[in-house]
Amino acid sequence: MTEKNIKNKTENKAPNKSNGLDSKEIKEEEQVILTPWKLVLRKFKKNKVAVAGMIIFSIMVFLALFAPILTPYDPYTMDFSQVNQPPSKAHLMGTDELGRDYLTRILYGGRVSMQVGLFAVIIEIIIGALVGGLAGYYGGWVDNLLMRIVEIFMAFPFLPIAITISAVIGPEVAPEKRMYIMMFIIGLLSWGGLARMIRGQILSLREQEFIQAAKALGIRDSRIIWKHLIPNTLGYIIVSATLGMAGAIMSEAGLSFLGLGVTPPVPTWGNLVQNARDIYVLKNRVWLWLPPGVAIFFAVMSINLFGDGLRDAIDPKSK
Amino acid sequence: MLKYIIRRLLHMIPVILIISIVIFGIVKMAPGDPVGTNLDPKATAEQRAAERARLGLDKPLPVQYWNWLTRSVKGDFGDSYIYKKPVSDVVPNFIWNTFLLNVVDFILAFLISIPIGIICAVKQYSKTDNFWTVFSIIGISMPSFFFGLLLIYIFSVKLNAFPINGMVTPGKNATGWAHIKDVMHHIFLPALVLVIGSMASLVRYTRTSMLEVINQDYIRTARSKGLSEKVVIYKHAFRNALIPIMTIIGFWIPGLFSGAVILETTFVWPGIGNVMMDAISARDYNLIMALNMFFALLTLLGNLLADIGYALVDPRIKVE
Repeated sequence: MTEKNIKNKTENKAPNKSNGLDSKEIKEEEQVILTPWKLVLRKFKKNKVAVAGMIIFSIMVFLALFAPILTPYDPYTMDFSQVNQPPSKAHLMGTDELGRDYLTRILYGGRVSMQVGLFAVIIEIIIGALVGGLAGYYGGWVDNLLMRIVEIFMAFPFLPIAITISAVIGPEVAPEKRMYIMMFIIGLLSWGGLARMIRGQILSLREQEFIQAAKALGIRDSRIIWKHLIPNTLGYIIVSATLGMAGAIMSEAGLSFLGLGVTPPVPTWGNLVQNARDIYVLKNRVWLWLPPGVAIFFAVMSINLFGDGLRDAIDPKSK
Repeated sequence: MLKYIIRRLLHMIPVILIISIVIFGIVKMAPGDPVGTNLDPKATAEQRAAERARLGLDKPLPVQYWNWLTRSVKGDFGDSYIYKKPVSDVVPNFIWNTFLLNVVDFILAFLISIPIGIICAVKQYSKTDNFWTVFSIIGISMPSFFFGLLLIYIFSVKLNAFPINGMVTPGKNATGWAHIKDVMHHIFLPALVLVIGSMASLVRYTRTSMLEVINQDYIRTARSKGLSEKVVIYKHAFRNALIPIMTIIGFWIPGLFSGAVILETTFVWPGIGNVMMDAISARDYNLIMALNMFFALLTLLGNLLADIGYALVDPRIKVE
């Protein structure tokens, strides 16, 4: 059934791309026929939960992006006259043990957490699409070899390997640079599933007429892969990127909570929650661990809702 | 079938070898002199060199790798630096604590989730279904450590109903029934976090696979020939909905022995995940390498069991 949709997509797209001869016809057509992406948008808009997820996530991105304007404090400036203050008017979420404004730390923490999530997913997609595309298109020994590599990467137990790598190369890296290490660790360990999925998609696509036509026209392999095959798997890539970002944010939070992700003084939601590993803080300074935890939860949940909605809108199997 | 399993097992060997090279490589990249950690800081250069030679660290890396690999195959993973005894003696002490926690999760999660998933699929879009959909989304999006901390805060700190962490009350040394009660008291919160997390995905999974089956023609046929709804759902539909669930069970079984590092750290549960964290913070490299290999093996075994489970319950799958 998924193939049908892809076929529809290409059939609908094809006239748009053809040269000017029948442009008039296209205009008339477009008034009646919606492009696949418009259909997706229409379906997505109907899904209120998914739209709510998108709005919550947009607000969080906005807050993180404009953190320097939204708060008068700096996330690193210590103020020893204001240590461990509970929430008040001056400090809406209180201050930490070094007198830093906690709301500011959370906003800047969101910046780091979301950046790690985003770039980890970008790395994941680049490798996944490349490996999956090559394996699916060439088949034979290339496919065999690449799939064995995927198998190896998928056999790596994520968390133990991630904390091992982090512990081994961690001490030599300055805290400000650790977020880049995190992006690479998470990205490099999680592309396997995506590569497998894209390979499967491409295996079925490459037998279809439009690819055979492209081959008959003598179009370069790389162009067929990037211009004809990958765009047809784009819907799936977008969905797994969205859900993957939620996963990456969760992984970063977990690693940072263990003290093996992004380390203080750089704030991330995960290492802010780490405060609660001190029983005294857990008991008496709730403002130090509850808000960043809630932030992780809302970020992950809103992305998941958004991603699920996208999948329902893109996948023709769902109604 | 047996042929298939043997072939798959043989297939695993090169994968394990490569993983072992990668793990060995990562650990060898570690900064610092591993000799320094378990020697007296006042040791002379000669003593250090002797220690290096004893540990085989003076040889080139490929030789070191080969020695480590051949010893590991024989079950000798070297000595653990934190526990001052062979790694192969350390792991069994903790593995059963992890197993206990995971088995509780496994049994409860499946017993509760499968019926709920079926009900949700049968009454799609009903109030029950909506409730569990919301439950799933929340459960999937909740980081285990944060959920754990919330429960500790509410139940242990505020209500004083459960212990904050650990597996037994320190210094109590209870035996028999009292010991079991003590452990049950301690396991409640970490198990609750695990079960809710597992249920969140399992309910969803069961619901989806059940929905796929229910909409098929043969179910309509079964209904139209007058079978009762119970028979249709539990005899005809559920059997086929079980196929994807079987693969999850296969995948899950080896996982019973691999610790949830984050959860065990949050609750200071004395399991294998906690040992992993201790090994990491003390830079106990022999232990780190052995545990990583152990976890990788469990993952591979999980994949294998999932495929076997799939082939066993679905006659349409042919193993060649």
